[in-house]
Amino acid sequence: MLAFTLRRAVQAIGVMIAVGIIAFAMFRFAGDPVSQIVSIDTPAAEREAVRKSLGLDDPVLVQFARYFINAAQFKFGVSYQFRQPVSTLLAERMPATLELAVCATIFAMVFGILMGVYAALRRDTLLAKLCQAVSLIGISLPTFLIGILLIYLFAVTLGWLPSFGRGEVVRIGWWTTGLLTVSGLKALIMPSITLGLFQMTLIMRLVRAEMLEVLRADYIRFARARGLTTRAIHFGHALKNTLVPVITVAGLQFGSVIAFSIITESVFQWPGMGLMFVQAVQNVDIPIMAAYLLMVSLIFVTINLVVDILYTIVDPRLRATVSRPA
Amino acid sequence: MSDAVVQDQTEAAHAGASWFRRAVDSDLFYSFRRSKLTMLAAAVTLLFFLLAILASVLAVQNPFDPAQLQLMNSRISPLWTADGQSPFLLGTDEQGRDVFSAILYGLRISLIVGVLGVVFAGAIGITLGLIAGYLGGAVDAVIMRIADVQLTFPAILIALIVNGVAKSVFGNRLDPMSMLAVLVVAIGLSFWVQYARTVRGSVMVEKNKDYVAAAQLIGLPAPKIMLRHVLPNTMGPILVIATINLALAVITEATLSFLGSGMPDTMPSLGTLIRIGNNYLFAGEWWIVAFPGIALAGLILSINLLGDWLRDALNPKLR
Repeated sequence: MLAFTLRRAVQAIGVMIAVGIIAFAMFRFAGDPVSQIVSIDTPAAEREAVRKSLGLDDPVLVQFARYFINAAQFKFGVSYQFRQPVSTLLAERMPATLELAVCATIFAMVFGILMGVYAALRRDTLLAKLCQAVSLIGISLPTFLIGILLIYLFAVTLGWLPSFGRGEVVRIGWWTTGLLTVSGLKALIMPSITLGLFQMTLIMRLVRAEMLEVLRADYIRFARARGLTTRAIHFGHALKNTLVPVITVAGLQFGSVIAFSIITESVFQWPGMGLMFVQAVQNVDIPIMAAYLLMVSLIFVTINLVVDILYTIVDPRLRATVSRPA
Repeated sequence: MSDAVVQDQTEAAHAGASWFRRAVDSDLFYSFRRSKLTMLAAAVTLLFFLLAILASVLAVQNPFDPAQLQLMNSRISPLWTADGQSPFLLGTDEQGRDVFSAILYGLRISLIVGVLGVVFAGAIGITLGLIAGYLGGAVDAVIMRIADVQLTFPAILIALIVNGVAKSVFGNRLDPMSMLAVLVVAIGLSFWVQYARTVRGSVMVEKNKDYVAAAQLIGLPAPKIMLRHVLPNTMGPILVIATINLALAVITEATLSFLGSGMPDTMPSLGTLIRIGNNYLFAGEWWIVAFPGIALAGLILSINLLGDWLRDALNPKLR
């Protein structure tokens, strides 16, 4: 158990170092950092001074070590566009992205599980087939098209919901939240649906498949034989057993939700990290790109590590297989 | 003499006919004929490819030649609405561009990027998969670790990063053709992993079979064995991945263009057209964004359906 956890942790650190090398290479070799900072008519001597002050004439390994130590303290340098530290910019925009990602995940879980259970229990009804068809379309339509469609329906035609921004936000310490105002909540609806739709279809298909499999299991037959009500069997026994993989998938998908919020945030002009990243790509703002890559990788690696460890705690069979010498 | 030629020809014709018969009699064709949805999807996909190939013949104007655009014709709604005007079937945009013509040309760009992206991803993935599977050991470990790590990241993130780095290296204002090449590379680098894993898996199975040992015994060099003997036996799964990845590649290209990091306005793909049209949505000019959107959705859906069918049809467990 301990050996497994350690091995996983070492792997996770290895991945982070690899991503760090890529981020550093982007920062250092994709374009000249000096020319991004100085203006075109800066004399050569001054350029050299800037180069020296940035430490760009040190050996590459020293530079990498410095970049890495700084990154570990969440110091990612200064943005070329905004002339502000990247970490400040990221911290300002992180609450918007996290709030959106959490709402999208909740939406995906609630509706995905409901639709999945219904599609499994009433397999031959029209509504269940409709759910299946919707899930196929949900996978085929690009996220931004869904966003545009929602905006056209609910913002342009019906005028019910705002088409962009977060609405009014309340500041609590360094965190800003849109959950406490009506306009903030209204602004959250369409982006959450757009972002969560893909995860919803994924969860729906998973719940449906798992339910169908569990309902065939012996213990369900015995539960029926014991004379339990259908409701108790379906929800107390069957659904409970399908939830472990569902929660795992939802957890693992949380990283993707944050990464995919790039698209949703662009469609709805949502002032989060994803929108900032897209603007950074357009304006070739390498420090922001590198920092975003590192942040998202950190989230991914952490989630994967936690899920792996939780799995071994929950499922003893895994422990048996991994403790066997490879 | 002439008799011999005639006989050769009839034999050739016969061989051709038997090849055709074999295709018609095959399991694959049988399962194709049994699924109406698949036939429809194939027809729609074929139609999209034909439209893209014949774009310059079917379009009423070259929508990206400024000399052919007239501002007088701007913002005309589709033909069947009250303000519609011939020959603008699906209406025109702000600059008097015919939306239908723009879709045809955009479709062409989207499909070119998608197909080339899939081919490039396949080339990288198949090569690395063959090397990893055939050589094994440390080479295999390194390639597959990279693949594992990359697989945890969404393709769109990788594509955006490749895109940003390319812009930084080559300067921000790339001409359209170079941008197309950058997109192909970005898509290729985002989608190679699946090919590599699949090919590696098949190669590990195939390389222990007798025919590979025989090829090694007669002294064929390793690259030749890999390409001529092992690779053909892994083609089935590769075909399935390529089909499904074509849909993913088209989506990725459209998303990048929609985000403003893809094809420029001067040579737009479907994604670019949707980004442009999105600006006119609030002015009530829905047709500028709706028709490119429908074209994109239809294209992706039909390719996806084809890919799903191919996966099931080539899977012997499901027969």
